[in-house]
Amino acid sequence: MLRTTAFHPRTAPLCESHAWRRWSGYVVASSYELVHEREYHAIRSSAGLLDICPLYKYRVTGPDAVRLLDRVVTRNVARSTPGQVLYTCWCDAAGKVIDDGTVARLSEDTFSMTSADPNLRWLEDNSTGLDVGVEDVSENLAALALQGPSSRAILQTLTDFDMASIRYFRVVSTTLGRIPVAISRTGYTGDLGYEIWMQAQDALSVWDALIEAGTPYGITPAGMLALDVARIEAGLMLMDVDYVSARKALTDRQTSTPFELDLAWTVSADKENFVGSGALAAERERGPEWQFVGIEIDWDSLERLYSAVGLAPRLPTTAWRMSVPIYEPGGDQVGYATSGGWSPLLKKYIALAHLRSRWARNGTRIEMEVTVEHQRKRASGRVVKKPFFDPERKRA
Amino acid sequence: MSYDVAVIGAGHNGLVCAAYLARAGKRVLVLERDEVIGGAARTQEVFPGFKFSVFSYVVSLLRPEIVRDLDLPRHGLHILPLESTLTPLPDGDYLAQWGDHDQNRAELARHSLRDAEAYDEFGRLMYQMARAVKPFLGMVPPDPTSLALRDLKALLRLRSGLRSLGAKQFHALHKLLTMSSADYLDEWFETEALKATKSASGIIGTFLGPRSPGTAYVLLHHYMGEIDGVFRAWGFAKGGNGSVSAAIAAAARELGVEIRPNAPVERVLVRNGRAAGVVLQGGEEIEARTVVSSADPRRTFLQLVGPEHLPPDFTEAIQRFKFRGSSGKVNLALAELPNFTCMAGAGPHLRGAISISPSVEYLEQAYDDAKYGEVSRRPYMDIVIPSMIDPSMAPPGKHVMSIFVQYVPYQVNGGWTAEKRDAFGDTVVNTLAEYAPNIKSAILHRQVITPADIERMVGLSEGNIFQGELALSQMFFLRPVPGWAKYKTPVHGLYQCGSGTHPGGGVMGASGRNAALTILGALR
Repeated sequence: MLRTTAFHPRTAPLCESHAWRRWSGYVVASSYELVHEREYHAIRSSAGLLDICPLYKYRVTGPDAVRLLDRVVTRNVARSTPGQVLYTCWCDAAGKVIDDGTVARLSEDTFSMTSADPNLRWLEDNSTGLDVGVEDVSENLAALALQGPSSRAILQTLTDFDMASIRYFRVVSTTLGRIPVAISRTGYTGDLGYEIWMQAQDALSVWDALIEAGTPYGITPAGMLALDVARIEAGLMLMDVDYVSARKALTDRQTSTPFELDLAWTVSADKENFVGSGALAAERERGPEWQFVGIEIDWDSLERLYSAVGLAPRLPTTAWRMSVPIYEPGGDQVGYATSGGWSPLLKKYIALAHLRSRWARNGTRIEMEVTVEHQRKRASGRVVKKPFFDPERKRA
Repeated sequence: MSYDVAVIGAGHNGLVCAAYLARAGKRVLVLERDEVIGGAARTQEVFPGFKFSVFSYVVSLLRPEIVRDLDLPRHGLHILPLESTLTPLPDGDYLAQWGDHDQNRAELARHSLRDAEAYDEFGRLMYQMARAVKPFLGMVPPDPTSLALRDLKALLRLRSGLRSLGAKQFHALHKLLTMSSADYLDEWFETEALKATKSASGIIGTFLGPRSPGTAYVLLHHYMGEIDGVFRAWGFAKGGNGSVSAAIAAAARELGVEIRPNAPVERVLVRNGRAAGVVLQGGEEIEARTVVSSADPRRTFLQLVGPEHLPPDFTEAIQRFKFRGSSGKVNLALAELPNFTCMAGAGPHLRGAISISPSVEYLEQAYDDAKYGEVSRRPYMDIVIPSMIDPSMAPPGKHVMSIFVQYVPYQVNGGWTAEKRDAFGDTVVNTLAEYAPNIKSAILHRQVITPADIERMVGLSEGNIFQGELALSQMFFLRPVPGWAKYKTPVHGLYQCGSGTHPGGGVMGASGRNAALTILGALR
């Protein structure tokens, strides 16, 4: 049987669309309403409430917790301070990315880690000889994301803790109502937003409290389709869609280094001896063969292609996730896009793409394959800076 | 009447070989001693209304190229999915392996989070190795001691295939070739039932235990089927395994092959060191320029050809070729479905395999009994309920159950008798009743097949289901004997095409195809 999350008793009756999606063995709503549009706009204009229970979650504790995490992840965990959250990736010995997620330092020697895929075995195997405990808390820890400009105000009505004092990528332990929770200022939307972590048995109380407090602010349960659009606008990559984990890749060519995924900033240059460090140092020296960039398709070019067959441009109504060839203008293939779609906010056709480094510089003209009336065509576009959407409120 | 080729035996390999030869324009006659075709891949209505895949009971490795070349689906082959494996445990719990990735992971995680994670990595590594080794199945094994151009070329091809493996995969492959399946699986998993159920696939058809070195390699054979994934050659043939043979026979007939049942071959006609045809029991002589035997090597050479036509060292090598049948079969006609204590009722678990393999120790103890000439007191059993997958196998509402059992030694202490056979049947039913208590009252009819019965009924020497043990010492260029692994024999014009040749058994059909292509000179 597929599992349902701790919020299922609330989300199921709301799911008018009956559209569910699998996520790590759970079912979560693709969209609650028949169309995901309103849910997307809630994320950008008020607040979207997302069930993110299926994330894998680990608690790492003990005197050697820092040593273990510093051995595994690419960022420098020793330098973090309690209350700080690090976004990071981690690699195999060849410096190829296995997974990405967050590491939250809850205290000097207590950490909470999230990941897209299971990592218990990887953490345990790397903790040989270390005085550290690794616990898979995926099931007992429920999680919600409250994302959007009103998220702070909604949370503030439920807690005495000064929400404005939680800086970007920080975490605090507090209560909502009387329920103990951890609140991190993190998310997958690139907007002002928070993630709320609670014991599974408290899940429904927290949901109810948020809905009640948030309704005047326009809180809207949002599904994965809305999130997918938001995360592309935020330029955030997704495992199994934008990259293949080194653990799952069937050939070396399928793997990527952090440098090839635009994650150079997560690779600590001053940390010695972590998994993949040797290979990554060499890669830093050499420069990556590929880069992960933002692509923007020219409207005029789309319009020309469609008007040639007597149509107005047709746009994808949901974000797509497949491999789409990218070409040098009039020339050979130089890469491929892995996610893309129409940004309802930016009014632009955007995509995330892997390009050979030579073609990856900002402003470089490219062409992307589009299918117009059953015919493969090339629409022109250019490489642009990620994130596509980066509001000030995200960090403010 | 004269034929280009006479094929001895209408088992699936004989039929595949005949079909490929006929496709190349040869006049082919297949001679079958029984009235039923299919050899060990047959369906029979053993009790009125109850049909059984009497011997082999699932399709796992049937070569996709054969399915395509002979267009078997058009000739009636329909493979239905067999997606789960349930391992009931003595404490009332169970381990289920499901076809769906998420469902499977959730179930494994119930036993061990580590194993749930290791499972995917294990699968990936096995996939990579199977991909590299798979081309071996479709090739005539080159002789590594030969300097002939053809052998060198084939060896080079193998080498480049293996070199495409990463270092990690290459090392793992070497481990597979040298380790026991229990030791190999110990490196990956901690859940006993998982290790046991997986290692069971390494012991089938061998007289080895899960802790015997060399059994790890056989695990890989299982993954070969999985590579074909979407092609889905893995499952249960609608109508039982006899429909695999029937589909191949139909394809063969359409290509002009003549199939004669009730035509037991007494000996191969040898004139001046050349095969000239066959002589049937009763004296009928059939001329053929080429004779292909799908019987096992012992039967082919020691009985049908005779040592007088063979070099003494070859005869000796054939005598040394190990059979050591170790498996039996119990086929049950059931009034109702078994009700497993660990998972009550009629759920999807009854549409998959049920494996009595609670721990590696259980399997190894089962082997211990057999080592000293006894049937395992607590045997390993691989159970399917074909009527759950294809209701036409039994009268409406009733069921058939196929129980593959190991270890059941051919050389049982005191020899096989009717009493011993019954006792073996009782052991199987009693063991099953520990997990599904209603089984005894549900049984309407029972067919018990010992290795001696297998030998008697389908002519497999010592009842070995693979026509010779599938052990590393008897595989590839060593199968059946070194120097004669290329389907050719010391008798000109006489070939072998049974699973006693490379790549061996498992209803693959590869031996039949490789032999045909060798005969046609099409394989280099």
